This record gives sequence, structure tokens and C-alpha cells, in this order.
Amino acid sequence: MTKDACKQIVLDIIADIAPDEDLSNLKPDVRLRDQMQLDSMDFLDIVMELRKQHGIEVPEADYIHLASLDSCADYLTPKFEALGK
Amino acid sequence: MNTANHYDVAIIGAGMAGLAAGIRLAHFGKRVCIFERHNAVGGLNSFYALAGRKYDVGLHAMTNWVPPGTKGTPLGKLLRQLRIERDEFALHPQKRSRVAFGPAGETSLTFTNDFAVLEAEVAQKFPAQIDGFRALVAVVRAYDDVSLDAKPESAREIVRRHLTDPLLEDMLFCPVMYYGSATERDMEFGQFVIMFKALFLEGFARPLDGVRVILRVLLEKYRKAGGERRMKCGVKRIIAAAGRADRLVLDDGTEVTATHVISTIGAAETERLVERGAGSGEQGAGGADASRGDRSEPSVSAAGSPLLAPRASLDSHPVGRLSYCETITVLDRPPAALGWGDDTIVFFNDSPRFAYEQSGGAVDARSGVICLPNNFAYPDGADLPEGLFRCTCLANYDHWTRLPDEAAYQAEKQRWYGDIQRSALRFLPPLPTPDALARATLATDMFTPRTITKFTGHLGGAIYGSPVKIRDGRTPLANLYLAGTDQGFLGIVGAMLSGISMANFHVLAAKG
Repeated sequence: MTKDACKQIVLDIIADIAPDEDLSNLKPDVRLRDQMQLDSMDFLDIVMELRKQHGIEVPEADYIHLASLDSCADYLTPKFEALGK
Repeated sequence: MNTANHYDVAIIGAGMAGLAAGIRLAHFGKRVCIFERHNAVGGLNSFYALAGRKYDVGLHAMTNWVPPGTKGTPLGKLLRQLRIERDEFALHPQKRSRVAFGPAGETSLTFTNDFAVLEAEVAQKFPAQIDGFRALVAVVRAYDDVSLDAKPESAREIVRRHLTDPLLEDMLFCPVMYYGSATERDMEFGQFVIMFKALFLEGFARPLDGVRVILRVLLEKYRKAGGERRMKCGVKRIIAAAGRADRLVLDDGTEVTATHVISTIGAAETERLVERGAGSGEQGAGGADASRGDRSEPSVSAAGSPLLAPRASLDSHPVGRLSYCETITVLDRPPAALGWGDDTIVFFNDSPRFAYEQSGGAVDARSGVICLPNNFAYPDGADLPEGLFRCTCLANYDHWTRLPDEAAYQAEKQRWYGDIQRSALRFLPPLPTPDALARATLATDMFTPRTITKFTGHLGGAIYGSPVKIRDGRTPLANLYLAGTDQGFLGIVGAMLSGISMANFHVLAAKG
């Protein structure tokens, strides 16, 4: 899995959760929260969709790693790779 | 454990809160079942058919309407959390509504889904109050109304810091109270904020086919997510053991177990289901009525608040005192043909002070709410098949449930149908001829506090539940949580958000 593919997975999840957001101009190094209306309920959904769709577990202490697309990729790519993806 | 009868989550009640909680939980792979005693979903916002006509109950208008693209409001949160596209609800905004006070509505404030209209009305009718009004609105906008642990404050006190004219104060409280307050005379400020935003800063809308459109969307989502439901099969008892809801006894006598139980039927109503069990056999499983009288000790001795302990609950979770009658008049023409084409909702009061309190007599027709469901901005000239004229007033539960027999009940309904309608007519544009309404009337129906309890199970006919809300939904039983009316997010959007929040907080985000 490349980091770009990982970012796309996160983007797909956000598009599913927040269909009313424009995701075309998201900056990968800026906090998602600062670019969109995402509240704690939405972040919980990102975590739960990762589990549901991909079998990836994100413990609460690690939520901070989901702040931006770049940090998501850094944190999640090894997890996908560990699952053989 | 019998896995066929075990659920990850059992939900009591298929109203807005139960359905919304169910969708969330089923979507994330929980095995969920909703148990509903009635044969229709919707709870307090349901529908029925009578003599070939479809009627809505509850819903006058869906509150919390915002224009498409508005971010960060309850409606948007709800749609996201349930993966519903906005168009699925097919909401059409109101035309305009009014608060009309005085014996013939002499003082009137018009409001629409554009808040500037209300602000201009206040500036024009209450020029000395407009600065205070704006300051109050700023406080309302800044308030964190979804906090689960805000400290209770009196809404009247806070509003009076900004407004000195009691007429304006009452005119703002009237719609806010009628559309959600379980508390007499005053409200908790957080509840006031929720309703003020829902009604004035956001607004009213309705699907052309009414509440059944919303329910259909919810049911379809729930079914597709794999949720189960059992209709005409309520939960008769919750057997407690070791500080937990150990198992549920259904109306048909079967038992199910669940890792988590979400009850949407009200705090006092849930408390009445809870029974101490010793973990085996039939102990403590006597008739519900007998056991209530017998229990002199709390049914569980879990730490925490004494909710669900029979004695304490009478004080800390009293049954609501506010109930209502509603008259429904079906017309052979749209209300516009009677000269009533502009108003969607009219909140009225004829008295020097607005009295939102339990009616002393059968009905308190001094104040009330008129709803004309035809008067939403439906597209392309679409309209309901017939005209509808609904009036709601405060009513006394004890009066309506203690009438000596059915004939007396029907006679009382007849009498009050006329009195409620006459009271409401004072606040609508005059009819073309005095008998125009009677001549346009095709059918009538009316609900009373007795009807509410019969079909929803809400004690005391209390649509808005107990005045004491449990924001975090916790009960002394570790795996039993409240959602819906008595959790305290108000209105139908609030009810759905309540189900969502409690499912998230207690089940999906729970540690371990």
C-alpha cells in the first residue's frame, strides 16, 4: 500500500460520512478539522468505518494521528501493510 | 447463553430516537433489535388512518430546517450520522408563522425561516427591546447546547437579563415551550436554547406526505443495515441482576438478553419495567401492578444516581404534568380558500400573561397552537389532497382519564372540539361567512391526553416527558441507557440526535 492509496481510502470514507463537503482542494498537511466541518462525531465515524471496511483498529489514544491526511497516511499505511494490504 | 435470543443491543421503542439509534448500531455491525408495542413506528410522531384518510400525529412541522449547504447544525449532523441524503426527507420550508397575543391577536410577531424577519418584527413592535433581544440572541448562539453536562439554569432569569417587557418575553417563550417543554412556567436554559435555535434561528419544514416520509427513510436505512424489529411486541419487564439489565421479558412472554439496552420510552416509564431478579427463575417476576405496590426498596443498589429506584424516582423523575388536546379538521378546500393561505403555524395567547402550566380544567383554550399543513412552500403548486386545520391546547390528564364512562368521554370531546376551535379562530383572518368553516368541513378527529397514553405509553399523557432530563442517559443499571424524550434533546430532529448520541456514547465509543 502506498501512502497515496491510504489517503484515498481516508478520503473515500470522509466522502461517505460528509457528502456535503467539497474534498477536491484538501491540503494534505493541514488539519482536516480546519478545512471542513468535522466534529468529534465525524471523527468517531472515520475510526469506525476504518474498522468496518478495512479491519483497522485505531485506539482512542491514537486519534491524534488522524488529524491531517498526511498524518493519517503515516499512521495507517503500516497498519494496512501489517494486514497484508 | 442462548445466542438466538441474544442481541448486542436491544432498543425499547420504535420512535425517532429508537430508529436513529438502531441505524447507527446496525450500520456498525451490531446485532440490534427494536421492540415496539404498537403496530406502527414513530412513537410520538406517528400516523394513522381513519375512514380512509391518513392523519399525522405529533408533527406539525419539522423544526431545525436550514438551507442546503448550511454546516454544523443539528439537521446536518443527523443526516451525516445516519448516511441520509438531504433530498430523501423531501423537506419543504414553511411560508410564515406568527406569535399572536391579546384577546384577538392584537400584538403579533411574524417569523419565517429567515431570522432577519423576526428581528425586524421585534425592532418594529418592541423598539425599546431590540438591543436586549440582539444580546439575548448572541448568548443563545454562543451556548453549547449539546454538552451532556451543562449546569441547569433558569431560562426566564437569563431572558429577563436582556428583555424587560414581559409581553415580548412571553411571546418568545410561547412557541419554544409549546414545541418541546416538559417544564411548567420556566425551562432549563439549555432546553430553551435548543428550541430557540430550532424554531427561530433555523426553521420549519415538512415533507408533502408528512411524517411518514421521514419514518419510511429511517425504516429503509435500518432494514438495509441489517437491523431487526419486533412490532406489537413491547418489553414488559427488565429483570435486573448484579447492577445490570440481565434480561428482558417481552409482551409475548419470551425472554431475550442483550449486552446493551437503550430505552426510549421515558425515565419513569422505564423505571416501571425494572424488576429485581436473582439471576434465575421466576423470582421477582410477578405481575407488573402487584410488584409496583410491593417494592419499598430500590430495585437495584448500584452506585450513582437513584434513577429507577422506585421511591427516589417519584421525586427526581416525576411524570410530566403537561398534556394536550388536539383537534383535526379536514376541509374540502385548501385553507387559502377560507382566507387562511399565509400562516403555517400560529402560536396564540389571549391572556395578560402566558400560562404554560397544567390546565386546571379539561382544556386551557386561552393559549394554543394552530397548524395549517397545506401552507408550506410545496413545489410546482403541489398540495395535500384536502385541507387540514389543526389546533393544540394544554389539557388535564386526570380530567380526561377520570370521566365516568365512554359516553361522557365522547361528549367531553365534542364540547371541547368546539371550544378549542372557537378560541383558535380569533387569531386567524376572519372567515368569509360565519358558517364557512362548518360548510367546508369533511371530517373531524381529536386526540386527548387519554389517547396519548394509550398509543405512546407516555404516563400522564405527557408528550414531552418528565421535566427532569438525564442528559448522559445513564441509569443505575450499568448497561441500560435512556434516549429520546427524557434524555432531553427536543423536537423530532432532537429525538433522532438523542438516539444517535446515546448509541455513540454508550455503545460505539465505549471502551472495552
